[in-house]
Amino acid sequence: MTETLNLPDLVHWAWAGVLYWLILGFSALLLQSRRRLLTRVIFPLGALGALFIAGVGAAGLVAPTSAIILPIGLPDLPFHLRLDALSAFFLVLLGGAAFGVTVYAAGYFRNMRAGPLGLLALWYHLFLAGMVTVLLADDAYAFMVAWEVMALSSYFLVTTDHKIPEIRRAGFLYLLIAHVGAVSLLLCFGVLQGGEGDYTFNTMRLAEIAPFWASVAYLLALFGFGAKAGLVPMHVWLPEAHPAAPSPVSALMSGVMLKTAIYGLLRVTFDLLNVQLGWWGTLALALGLLTAIYGVIFAAVQSDMKRLLAWSSIENIGIILAAFGLTLIFYTDGKGALAALTMTALLYHAINHAFFKGLLFIGTGSVLHATGERRMGHLGGLIRFMPWTAWLTLIGALAIAGLPPLNGFVSEWLLLQAFLLSPGLSQPYLNMVIPVAAASVALAAALAAYVMVKFFGVVFLGQPRDPALHHAHEASWAERLGMIWLAAGCVLLGLLPSQVIGWLAPVVTQLTGQALINDAPSASAWLMLAPVSAERASYAPLVFLAVVLTTLLLVYIWVRRVYHGRVRRADAWDCGYPEQDARMQDTAEGFGQPIRQIFEMFMRVERERPDPFDRHPRYTGASHDKLWFIVYEPIAKIVGWLSDQAGKLQHGRIQWYLIYSFATLIFLLVFVTR
Amino acid sequence: MSLTYHLQIVNLLAALLLLISFAMLSQRRIVGLITLFAWQGAALTLSTGLIAWSTGQHHLYYSAGLTLLLKVIGIPWFFFRLVKKLDVDRDVEPMINIPTTMLIGIVLVIFAFNLALPISQMSGTVMRSTLGIAMACVLLAFLMMITRSKAIPQIIGFLSIENGLFFAATSATYGMPLVVELGVALDVMVALFVLGIMSFQIRESFDSMDLKHMEKLKER
Repeated sequence: MTETLNLPDLVHWAWAGVLYWLILGFSALLLQSRRRLLTRVIFPLGALGALFIAGVGAAGLVAPTSAIILPIGLPDLPFHLRLDALSAFFLVLLGGAAFGVTVYAAGYFRNMRAGPLGLLALWYHLFLAGMVTVLLADDAYAFMVAWEVMALSSYFLVTTDHKIPEIRRAGFLYLLIAHVGAVSLLLCFGVLQGGEGDYTFNTMRLAEIAPFWASVAYLLALFGFGAKAGLVPMHVWLPEAHPAAPSPVSALMSGVMLKTAIYGLLRVTFDLLNVQLGWWGTLALALGLLTAIYGVIFAAVQSDMKRLLAWSSIENIGIILAAFGLTLIFYTDGKGALAALTMTALLYHAINHAFFKGLLFIGTGSVLHATGERRMGHLGGLIRFMPWTAWLTLIGALAIAGLPPLNGFVSEWLLLQAFLLSPGLSQPYLNMVIPVAAASVALAAALAAYVMVKFFGVVFLGQPRDPALHHAHEASWAERLGMIWLAAGCVLLGLLPSQVIGWLAPVVTQLTGQALINDAPSASAWLMLAPVSAERASYAPLVFLAVVLTTLLLVYIWVRRVYHGRVRRADAWDCGYPEQDARMQDTAEGFGQPIRQIFEMFMRVERERPDPFDRHPRYTGASHDKLWFIVYEPIAKIVGWLSDQAGKLQHGRIQWYLIYSFATLIFLLVFVTR
Repeated sequence: MSLTYHLQIVNLLAALLLLISFAMLSQRRIVGLITLFAWQGAALTLSTGLIAWSTGQHHLYYSAGLTLLLKVIGIPWFFFRLVKKLDVDRDVEPMINIPTTMLIGIVLVIFAFNLALPISQMSGTVMRSTLGIAMACVLLAFLMMITRSKAIPQIIGFLSIENGLFFAATSATYGMPLVVELGVALDVMVALFVLGIMSFQIRESFDSMDLKHMEKLKER
């Protein structure tokens, strides 16, 4: 850094951001007893760090690739860091989402006890630093170290309320699946280095790997990163860990951490592997679609806010993965323009999801704070008590539902365009599969909208289902600021797609060799988005917004001014219910009932029907994930049986222990004299 | 000529050591066990002293002195006191009956001699043939630890292993450097203290010195 007078490379700046967060984290540990200092200084400073990282990422999108070798780590194994366009894009995503969430966290944690808060601040900043290092790592060793820092710190964040047994259980499940995935990644890097014995990514890029071993590496990566991202059937930790974690942590884990897995998958598949095979894409597409449908169906039947959002994250990861699979299919088929289109959709959806899912999670955090309730059956009508939270959450809900002119629409539209534009591929079976896949994506998107209607409607609209809700208070200013930031992100990403796609171009070019063509006339290119061919489809969000706003205005004027205005307020028939109360509203369970009926084959439904003569009838119903019983329980049983067998070694009798050492001694002596 | 004369006495003492090991294996009473342990120490002292005299290795005198002080006087005295205080001088019920134990012991001795054969050929000392005996002593003491269920016989077995190792060291390489020797002596002292305190604790917790009561200390 000192040898030249020029500004240091960007990767130095990114590393400085990591160090800054580390320092903040450890000083939080020292300031453990000063609660005010923690929430008013440490978290806002952490948020500034996030902004800084986002800035470095934005600069990195256009700057040339830069790399450094850090003299830390084991002897002969220094950390290699590298900042290229792909890393830079994910840095922008991380910094952008983390800024809003961290500002929010400053308000959210203000009432937490000082001791645990100091620890939480440490893990929080360690988590951020770990994620940035994952994105910067340029050798397998640094990558795995950062990956583990990320996994462990997030584990401690999930188990913040570790005194509750379910939370400990959720944390354990998360840790277990994270480590199974990490082992798979370790093996993957072992295959990728191709016998060179050198674990830098540069060696891996140059290594010539036979297609068989490349496939092995790809499958290991898909499994390892899939476990982190929540790919079915490794998704089970998400619906457990997210309700357990504090809301800003859920927001970061769902919004950003899942994307590091996507980053890893892109890095391994498009950068480190030197061959790509078509069937990899078909596999990823199938798994992605299964994940998307599976996630959204379960999201529809949840009655816990955060669990619902966790399942919705699974759905979104499924969509991203389907886009990934489609990109691979096009890329290996030599259709560069379409590969660029789907890659753009993938990256776009990744950053969109970071913003709107972060927003929704912190929105539920505010509801949780105000009411102490996560079960949707006990909420309702909150728009009257917390209007800021409600309206900001509405933006997130509309965005995730894929409604124009917000950001969710753009990425899903791009992806569907890719499906619709796909001309004859060289494999006939793919041509048959693609329309089905397109229909599945459309189904998932539609069901996601259904889920969001349920989420927003049950929590914020209607009447309060619990009298205590009348005392719900609005979120604090820091919380609102965080939500406003993320909501603004959703709106801007939705309104300015042409610009965003321009920023994405270097990343897409790096991965697929060419950028997405915006076929709109050059005069209106800033306004209109027309992927590949303007005759087929185009989208102008600003025009769309203008039309929506004009229509709204006209209707408003019509109703308020032109219409006679003689509004009479009176009880109508009351639909036969003269005494309406909150229990007559549709509930979360009731709203999800049709989905439960249609997709019953995916779940195990347990119902307990009351006796007809029961004076105080109670009806309970629960839907469980069937995969848990098909996949996880047998594995757990086998492991339990094996450990029972191993446990028999422990007799508690000292003589037996002595015999073990004696037998070992004899065996070794025989071995030595051989 | 005098060398072979000494050597013969050392060999005799080695045989005595092995015999005492067998005697310990078959001894039921704790007080008898302690006496035998003291005799073992005495035989060790004598053989070490003889080797020191015949080979002129002066540091071995110190080793012999230490052995005398610790293993012939100190530890047995400590044990006698312990037994008196805890009042545990009853018949020890071995896990496996005595004849079977002796048969296993003979097998172990044969194994030890087989084992020592290639090693003693490499060794350049005058008394390499006793290496097999030393190893047999170690294995027999280990066997004693396995077959006894009371705490004190096990401690004695442990110390007896140390005796065997010491003998192996002197016979194979004229003993270890004095620093190591002192370290080992200190270790034995510490082990003795720890084990002595533990015996009291076991007694206090379970009202008996039988280690069967410790079987509860497992996971399930």
